[in-house]
Amino acid sequence: MMTYLSIRNLTVRLNTGPVILRSVSVNVAAGQVHGLVGESGAGKSMIGKAVLGTLPRAMQITSGEIWLDGTNLLTLPPKERRRRIGATAALIPQDPLTALNPSKRIGPQITRRLVDILGWTKVDADARARELLDEVHIPNINRVMRSYPHELSGGMRQRILIASAFAAEPKLIIADEPTTALDVTVQKQILRLISDMQDRHGTALLFVTHDLGVVSKVCDTLSVLYAGKVVEDARMHRFFMRPIHPYSAALLAATPTYTDPMGSLTPVPQDVIRAVEQEVRQHDVRAGS
Amino acid sequence: MRDARAEVKRPIGLRLWLSGGWLALLFIGAIFAPLIAPKDPLMQDLFLGRLPPFWMAGTEPGFLLGTDSLGRDVLSRILHGARLAIIVALAAGTLTCLIGATLGLIAGYYRGWPDRIISRFVDIWMAFPPVLFAILLIAVLGPGLSSIIIAIVVIDWTRFARVIRAEAMGQGAMDYIASAQVAGRTRFGTMMTEILPNVLPTIVALLTLEMGIAVIVEAILSFVNLSISTDSPTWGGMIAEGRTSVHQAWWVLVFPLVTLFLTVLSFSQLGEGLKDRFDPVLR
Repeated sequence: MMTYLSIRNLTVRLNTGPVILRSVSVNVAAGQVHGLVGESGAGKSMIGKAVLGTLPRAMQITSGEIWLDGTNLLTLPPKERRRRIGATAALIPQDPLTALNPSKRIGPQITRRLVDILGWTKVDADARARELLDEVHIPNINRVMRSYPHELSGGMRQRILIASAFAAEPKLIIADEPTTALDVTVQKQILRLISDMQDRHGTALLFVTHDLGVVSKVCDTLSVLYAGKVVEDARMHRFFMRPIHPYSAALLAATPTYTDPMGSLTPVPQDVIRAVEQEVRQHDVRAGS
Repeated sequence: MRDARAEVKRPIGLRLWLSGGWLALLFIGAIFAPLIAPKDPLMQDLFLGRLPPFWMAGTEPGFLLGTDSLGRDVLSRILHGARLAIIVALAAGTLTCLIGATLGLIAGYYRGWPDRIISRFVDIWMAFPPVLFAILLIAVLGPGLSSIIIAIVVIDWTRFARVIRAEAMGQGAMDYIASAQVAGRTRFGTMMTEILPNVLPTIVALLTLEMGIAVIVEAILSFVNLSISTDSPTWGGMIAEGRTSVHQAWWVLVFPLVTLFLTVLSFSQLGEGLKDRFDPVLR
């Protein structure tokens, strides 16, 4: 299987010194779904941001390589990097409420990239946008194309963002907690939709989430992160059967189950936290920081 | 899917009608002042001094709002004074807006060193007392129309810079900005096509507010006789003259004052009303 996105030993630091990502390596095969799981603050979103070049200004990549389709993005000049990312990758953002420009109608927001980057004509782009909206099951397309974002519900907007992410047929989509801001019933639909679209278009998907339940539904492989370090890399099935790292096992055990809804929640045990903290410290010592 | 808000056609609103109406009246009055003013605003006639407005006893026909102590027609002077007020409001307001909003947009969106430079500059600038600063500037530049406009721009661009910077920062943190960048937009392009349209309602509201403020500053400068040449009628000048004879002829003070008040109020209300019309979420 061909690796489409390969992140090698990526280290990201705050400009003031603290380390955000510690020599992270992640591989996403073409047409596969790779999950990034971890607690809040584990750095999972930052991996996506580093790939897309939208890291906050307070952070910078200090070492590592990001290979996208056989090219190391970090060696490209900024302009060329931006063009290449724009043409081959797309983002499904976390919060559908702030991810659409409030002062523009939906139609132009979807067609913009087709016109800007791929040089399509307005008419072609418009037809393509309608096709995509239909594909994400949006009713009343004419009306939606002319709507402003605030006139649509959160689930509706997330569908539009999904359509817009797939619009230019990217080879890689980074979904940054795409269902976190939605309520549970809509979550399920959106998840299925992303999965279906990914399958149909054969896009590689990097799926960032803190929800192991979500991972089990959509991903082929996954990486577990703790404090900016990958503690386990696994294929889906093997991970849920036999997690290798104690932290992964504890994370799995902490997932609430439907069979015992009244049972108390299991936290990750203190000694597991201590062990994984120790591991991170050892890594830092080896990395000489 | 059906959105109730889409079904409601909002009326333009009394606020917009009243403020817009008053300003339209004033604009027409100012443009056609030489044609519609009943008298020559500079013509003195000491025999006709301190004539009361038309509804009071002892008035002369043709002097609707009475005359001042030198026998000059108050209505004609207000109409001619409106010309200066409106020119200053438009020119100073627009210039202040352009300079302040541009700097604010750059500071708020680019952050980093442009923000540090612009923000420190604004902080220092705002430490000067504005009216004193304006009077000092006019004293240095010499009185005249362009000096008034420059003084207003120089003291007030910081208001735009501050507010627009905060707005641009807020918009810049939104996910749609990140999406635009992933889609290959340049930073400048993102600022112009994504940020600017979303801060535009605020810019419009501030612009009209600024026009009102410009009218006040012009009146203050005229009041202390630092406006244009002393013989042209100005609202501030009329207020200053009326103040000395307020017990004998209150109308010389009150009419320009009311005009000034209504004008400034109308500008700010027009801005608020337009802001709502411009904003797709409130519309």
